[in-house]
Amino acid sequence: MSTTTAGAPPAAVPPAARVETPFRRFVSEFAASRLALFGLVLFCIIVLVAVLAPWIAPQNPYDLAQLDIMDGRLEPGSVGGSGITYWLGTDDQGRDMLSGIMYGLRISLTVGAGSAILACLVGASLGMLAAYAGGRTDSLIMRLVDLQLSFPAILAALMILAFLGKGILNVVIALVVVEWAYYARTVRGSALVERRREYIEAAQCLALPTHRIIFRHLLPNCLPPLIVVGTMQVARAIALEATLSFLGLGVPITEPSLGLLIANGYEYMLSGKYWISFYPGIALLVTIVSINLVGDQLRDVLNPRLKK
Amino acid sequence: MSAVPASAAPGAPTLEVRNLRTHFLTRAGVVKAVDDVSFTVRSGKVLGLVGESGSGKSVTGFSILGLVDPPGRIVGGQILFKGQDLATLSEEAMRKLRGNRIAMIFQDPMMTLNPVLRIDTQMIETVLAHARVSREEARQRARDALGQVGIASPDERLRSYPHQFSGGMRQRVAIAIALLHKPDVIVADEPTTALDVTIQGQILAEAQKLCAQTGTALVWITHDLSVVAGLADDIAVMYAGKVVENGPVEQVLDAPLHPYTLGLIGSVPSRNRRGEPLRQIPGMTPSMLNLPAGCAFRARCPRAEARCAEPPPFAEYRPGRFARCIHPHEEAVAA
Amino acid sequence: MTVFLLRRLLQAAGVVLVMSLLVFLGVYAIGDPIEILISPEADQIERERAIKALGLDLPLWQQYLVFLGNALRGDLGRSFVFNEPALRLILDRMPATLELAIGATLAALIIGLPLGLYAGLRPSSPVSKGILAGSILGFSLPTFWVGLMLIMVFAVQLGWLPSTGRGETVTILGMRWSFLTRDGLAHMLMPALNLSLFKISLVIRLTRAGVRETMLMDYVKFARAKGLSPARITFIHVFKNILIPVVTVVGLEFGGTIAFSVVTESVFAWPGMGKLIIDSINVLDRPVMVAYLMIIVLMFITINLLVDITYSLLDPRVRLEGKS
Repeated sequence: MSTTTAGAPPAAVPPAARVETPFRRFVSEFAASRLALFGLVLFCIIVLVAVLAPWIAPQNPYDLAQLDIMDGRLEPGSVGGSGITYWLGTDDQGRDMLSGIMYGLRISLTVGAGSAILACLVGASLGMLAAYAGGRTDSLIMRLVDLQLSFPAILAALMILAFLGKGILNVVIALVVVEWAYYARTVRGSALVERRREYIEAAQCLALPTHRIIFRHLLPNCLPPLIVVGTMQVARAIALEATLSFLGLGVPITEPSLGLLIANGYEYMLSGKYWISFYPGIALLVTIVSINLVGDQLRDVLNPRLKK
Repeated sequence: MSAVPASAAPGAPTLEVRNLRTHFLTRAGVVKAVDDVSFTVRSGKVLGLVGESGSGKSVTGFSILGLVDPPGRIVGGQILFKGQDLATLSEEAMRKLRGNRIAMIFQDPMMTLNPVLRIDTQMIETVLAHARVSREEARQRARDALGQVGIASPDERLRSYPHQFSGGMRQRVAIAIALLHKPDVIVADEPTTALDVTIQGQILAEAQKLCAQTGTALVWITHDLSVVAGLADDIAVMYAGKVVENGPVEQVLDAPLHPYTLGLIGSVPSRNRRGEPLRQIPGMTPSMLNLPAGCAFRARCPRAEARCAEPPPFAEYRPGRFARCIHPHEEAVAA
Repeated sequence: MTVFLLRRLLQAAGVVLVMSLLVFLGVYAIGDPIEILISPEADQIERERAIKALGLDLPLWQQYLVFLGNALRGDLGRSFVFNEPALRLILDRMPATLELAIGATLAALIIGLPLGLYAGLRPSSPVSKGILAGSILGFSLPTFWVGLMLIMVFAVQLGWLPSTGRGETVTILGMRWSFLTRDGLAHMLMPALNLSLFKISLVIRLTRAGVRETMLMDYVKFARAKGLSPARITFIHVFKNILIPVVTVVGLEFGGTIAFSVVTESVFAWPGMGKLIIDSINVLDRPVMVAYLMIIVLMFITINLLVDITYSLLDPRVRLEGKS
């Protein structure tokens, strides 16, 4: 290929830097993308809103006593009977959409993060087991992973919920079942690479206990790719939960997530009352996009393949 | 500062490159891949363009075809094809010359043919790009060209895909494509480097024969002096983007003027010097990003002196013999 | 080749068997098959008869054989709601789903390929950056919400397109198709577009990456050295090379598209398999669920098999054109 590479310039020399810790370098590399920084700030605001919802929301949307059915389906900016302004309108129950979204975010984020953490625990353990045990255990686990990944997540989750029934816990279980495989594959991949490194062999020669090797040596090295996959999977889990709830198979009506809020507005949209579906959708979109922006940059920064 | 080699032999040259400069404007700085290159090729003659990898010989070839990709750009000099300066030609006018009057053969035959297109497609499209003929006529020409380069049963071969050919066969196809329009100039960029030695010999013989027959001027880019010795009429030696020596092939090889040429000749294993240790050129090719001022070879040159820090002129030391050195070798090398 | 084919077929049969076992265990071992498979409204005599027919009084392994035998004969139970064989119910709805999925796949190629091509050829132009940003958004947007927004804008606000249903259909080969009538096509436009959203983004990314990679290849430079017009280089030399991986991935994604049509069909009330399964889940019509699951598994395995075979046919060339 010297025909096309002749005269190609060598890679630029990085500028001399001050004392660099790995963490500091990670922070500065991450901050190199304005877009990713924007995503991070956005995501922090969203989390803050969700956490503080009971204190900052104009209304408690679950407290039926606070709802006024006479205020149902009011346009954004309307003033209700009790003098409260509904900035994003109300739904058919007279629930303030803004408050509904803030509380809905709590459910969506909890389910998304909860399922991601659980799936990560299950998947990482199985992936580590596959990498460390090898042989039949490995091929059995990886077969399961392949099977899981070849089947669309939405269908698998749908079927699990169809047999288990609705409920936040069931949604989390379904999401864990469809997502563990990503973590397992990731951990196994990087653990296999690390296992062949000399320092692991050295640790084994020293007869260090297995758990020590795994937790002190293998796992920390699997962490970067795990973080990347985890970030992306949180976004995916939130989107999937919303979809399942929209289909009426996710969270129960008493604790509406963003997806269920959107579903509730579906029938009113045909009569032009767009806001009941529109604003929760925007909140969902902004949440997913902000996580993906962060995840994209994390992948670029943490992916060792992209580094020279 | 640099004289242009005058055409010694009668008859105007088919291709004359004058003080060509092709630079790559990269973020890390300007890479002067080709920096003052001059040579001439006449009809039916072969010029060997010799140099190490990275010396700018491929970029010179692409400059002639007008195929230098950004960030590369021809920033100076002239490429006179039958008296017309190609460097100033529009892209469309250049396209009409490419593959038609000026053709190119690439280094790696495994990479030059499109893997998903049949040979006939790739040949006929070349015919139709420059000639207003029927498809049937185009196919006939393709068939003839394949026969010309010694491919048996061309009809069957035309319907094949590149992966069904060996490397040597593919290079023959590439040469056949280059010959389709009986071009005036062919630039061959190390076309035999990737091939077996026996195949290499066949292709070389083929190329020489075809050039003499059709009167095509051939620029043969290579790092292999032994190929040039057997094939070329003239030779231009490149080092770090510059032609450092230039002249008729026997004269240059027998009595090199430039220390780099001498070093190159010395590092070719030869039967006559068996048993003696091979002579090497000490040191490494300099980085093209920050070339030293003056003679680029001086860090590796046994004859370097203080004056070499000044850029040496490209001067005619003997009739038809040019070199870029202030203290050229005057004595002949023992062969 | 024959050996490969046989081995692949055997593998596929193995996976079907494993999946049938999983489904069986899901229904018979974890759940209560009597509750799952026999209508809650059935009286005692009916229940007894059904238990006998399904072999629910037999040991578990025998039950599995009965289940498998029934499945092989195409008997996957009767729908409680429609009181029809579940299999026929699903097969009736299949053309609508296939039509939608094929429409979405075509839309993804028709829209995604040119955009990806442009973005790949001019990577630094602002339009390309816009296309790329759009494709990132396409990955992030929740499909069902986009569907709602499409309805809101084009059906409710502008009134250009019908919001739900299949519209007028034409019957060919005993199946009803929408795409042959103007009205049917108008009904199909939004759902197909909605379903293709994710795939458009995918095709854009694949095409863009493929074009950028191919443009650097020697054979493209050689094509330029032959004096070909830029249009011929782009549309024949580059395009043909990227088409193979793009079509392969889109083919592999076809199963996913059918699966995801569950969402789109629910949004646009498109009477296909997806809508049927959601309705069945909501009314706990479990035989339909079981049948749907088996059919989807079968479809997936068939698609994977077809893609594998196609790929192996291309393989010798693929292997040779790889880095040598």
